[in-house]
Amino acid sequence: MRLQTATRLGLYAILELARDPERTLSSAELAQRYGVSNHHLAKVLRTLAAAGLVRGGRGASGGYRFTGNRRRITLMDIVALFEPAPGSRIKEPGEETEIGAALQRVLMEVDDIAEATLRSISLETMLKRPT
Amino acid sequence: MILIRPVEAPDLSAISALDARLTGTAKPDYWREMMAPDRHFLIAESAKGELAGFIAGEVRAWEFGQPPAGWVFAIQIDPKLRLKGVGSQLFEGLVARFKAEGVTRVRTLVDRKDHLILSFFRAQGMVAGPSLQLDKDLA
Repeated sequence: MRLQTATRLGLYAILELARDPERTLSSAELAQRYGVSNHHLAKVLRTLAAAGLVRGGRGASGGYRFTGNRRRITLMDIVALFEPAPGSRIKEPGEETEIGAALQRVLMEVDDIAEATLRSISLETMLKRPT
Repeated sequence: MILIRPVEAPDLSAISALDARLTGTAKPDYWREMMAPDRHFLIAESAKGELAGFIAGEVRAWEFGQPPAGWVFAIQIDPKLRLKGVGSQLFEGLVARFKAEGVTRVRTLVDRKDHLILSFFRAQGMVAGPSLQLDKDLA
């Protein structure tokens, strides 16, 4: 399964912040820790803040801290913020054909399993048993 | 305070009632059969002696070509007592019995739309196994 860069950064950020909800980390600190673009991560953190999962401090030294519920939030909740919703996908050429439709059914089966897996793993579970 | 103990014949009506309340289908014959002595069936009982939950499983060898493993067939917890560790205590109790039989893997089958139970088993450290369930509608 391939995740968009924003999704991967969102997962890194939320899991790192959820590891210690008392701790505040800036976008630059998180970016350095994971070797990713600070500019891109700052945008991702704003999305997480808008969803109420993290709270950002004001000013140049302002960082982010986790404000969600580790036991309730699943990996799918984060993925859904950045990946297109299943029903909103644009039809690809050829999908209307018999073979295209059959292929689509297989891909939907794969997506279904991926979604069930992501939805079954809470941040708490993920942090307890990082694999 | 929750007591984990092996099932006894008089528990059947409470087990069947809890399951019927949660699934909408009464199946006492199924639960009676599940209480066979070669299976492991554990009960979680509250301090007042009420049924808080149950778990049932069995060690099966070469099922679907797989080496011996402990299978979890069912787990149900009274909704009033969820998120209090009852399910984990039952799971640990069953796993201890599986280990005593010499198996080193525990396995189950979960509806992929049932996020609650999927999350529970994930939290116990279970991950996707080597098999993929396949179905075909015969209607």
